[in-house]
Amino acid sequence: MNTPSNLKYAKSDEWFDPATGTVGISDYAQNQLSDIVFVEILVEEGEEVTVGKAIASVESVKASSEIYAPAAGKVSAVNKGLSDKPETLNSDPYGEGWMIKIESGQAGEVMDASEYEKYCEGRSH
Amino acid sequence: MANIVEPTIFELSSPGRRGVTMPASDVPEASLPPKELLRSELPLPELAEVDVVRHYMKLSKFNYSVDDGFYPLGSCTMKYNPKINEDTCRLPGFLFTHPLQPIETVQGNLALMFEMQEWLKEISGFAGVTLQPAAGAHGEFTGVLMMAAYHKLRSDTKRTKMLIPDAAHGTNPASVGMLGMQVVTIPSDERGNVDLEKLKAACDDTVVGMMLTNPNTLGMFDEHIEEVVKLVKDCGGLMYGDGANLNALLGIVRPGDLGFDVMHFNLHKTFSVPHGGGGPGSGPVGVSQRLVDFLPSPLVGIVEEGDDEMAPLYGFVTPKNSIGRMKAFHGHFGGGLVRSYTYIAMHGPDGLKDIAQYAVLNANYLQARLRGTYHIPYDRICMHEFVMEGQFEGSDVRALDISKRLMDYNFHPPTNYFPLIVHEALMIEPTETENKDTLDRFADALIKIAEEAKTQPELLHNAPSTTQFGRMDEVKAARELVLCCWLPENYEA
Repeated sequence: MNTPSNLKYAKSDEWFDPATGTVGISDYAQNQLSDIVFVEILVEEGEEVTVGKAIASVESVKASSEIYAPAAGKVSAVNKGLSDKPETLNSDPYGEGWMIKIESGQAGEVMDASEYEKYCEGRSH
Repeated sequence: MANIVEPTIFELSSPGRRGVTMPASDVPEASLPPKELLRSELPLPELAEVDVVRHYMKLSKFNYSVDDGFYPLGSCTMKYNPKINEDTCRLPGFLFTHPLQPIETVQGNLALMFEMQEWLKEISGFAGVTLQPAAGAHGEFTGVLMMAAYHKLRSDTKRTKMLIPDAAHGTNPASVGMLGMQVVTIPSDERGNVDLEKLKAACDDTVVGMMLTNPNTLGMFDEHIEEVVKLVKDCGGLMYGDGANLNALLGIVRPGDLGFDVMHFNLHKTFSVPHGGGGPGSGPVGVSQRLVDFLPSPLVGIVEEGDDEMAPLYGFVTPKNSIGRMKAFHGHFGGGLVRSYTYIAMHGPDGLKDIAQYAVLNANYLQARLRGTYHIPYDRICMHEFVMEGQFEGSDVRALDISKRLMDYNFHPPTNYFPLIVHEALMIEPTETENKDTLDRFADALIKIAEEAKTQPELLHNAPSTTQFGRMDEVKAARELVLCCWLPENYEA
């Protein structure tokens, strides 16, 4: 399980980069979902989001999931190319697979990398 | 494309071939509708009758159905459908009637529908039933419309939230979303019940009601069902029951008696209609006294009382505050209602109770045999189904691999990856129609597969190897959608 230590993680498996405001889903989440076949970003640039608001919808061959904002603030960028290559979420969840950026985002309840790893281990059984 | 062994019907087509030769017309020729309304080309395949029959016979041999073998698809109640249902639904009096016939000429059909309403009321403990909805999700939508209408008539317009447990079928939030209501997810506790504290916190005067499946998709009967109902009612909400799992309760518990206000039946599951690609659904809805006036219109009723000599006259009646018509005509009559009516009539009250008891016994037997080999996260006495994890410590085998391997043992796989609250979920519902030998063969196969997962995992990763086709590329199928084989002329995207 890859959990970069500079990121913060929500219980619902989104990551948030406090330095850049970037948001995506964790490596654990993409692995649990298995092959992702569809992504739709539900928010637009300039929109205000609150913590817990659904910002994207992701479908894999196993399940479909909503992705929630781990931080509050104004959406300053959206990864528009993502819906054309949903597999990026599997191959590069922390890089090319980023979803949105939240300008000076105020994080909600988030964990650091080691807490999140423990949290994930506790869930696998 | 190497392993395509049967072309499509379109590929088999050859210009000029035909199934029948039409006789010369002996009626005056009528003119066609205006040219703009006609397609110049409708690519219907051209084949002889024998070629069509052989094509579909061949395809049918690739299939696996409940008439072939065990089909433990959790949440779907794939019970064996008795063949007498096929006889009754083809009786000429049912088969050759039209929904627009005058009611005096279809009294038998209406009597069957009336009695079906009465039977479903008795089975569920509700005050009224509509037979209209086409299937389960349509029944949910019908039920939620009635809940909304109830609050609206009382000018209680603050209510916009529906409480739905995290174990619910996905159709529940979808039905609620169709009405623009807000879904509030209620987590399950560690025993698979609704988390009472979380529910308490969510109950207020903005709640439309709660949609609850009981037993839920974990196969668990909620141990606090009376408290759950009370909490929702005390805040002014209505209780919706998802009847998908009614098979576990027949003749033992009536949702109406538990305090539910509305519930859909899945006749095709509980009362034996071929389904799952094999036939139509049917989703009647029952309601408590509070919602009786909101039922869809029309219902079947007695419009002229009978006496010792004359049968009553059955016809259509409209409830006072009806939400209106939910479907053209009167529900899936032959496909759903006649078959289910037959099934209920053949079993009678004691037989229905036996169904529930054997369904629960079979599920518990399988659970007991597989406990220890597979991890069962909510491990207590189950109802008609149970959920286990399709993964093993230190192995990369997943639920999907186990399911595919089961096909090599000639079993239909269980439901995969649902409910979402269990990792690598395998959801197993044996139904009452299976004997102990079948259950043992299935449990033996799953225990053997667990062993194979440790010693020869490639057998699982490459499964199935004995079927007509091997492992399908589900990812490619979902990513590269081909939804239409041809487009009408003048089509603009």
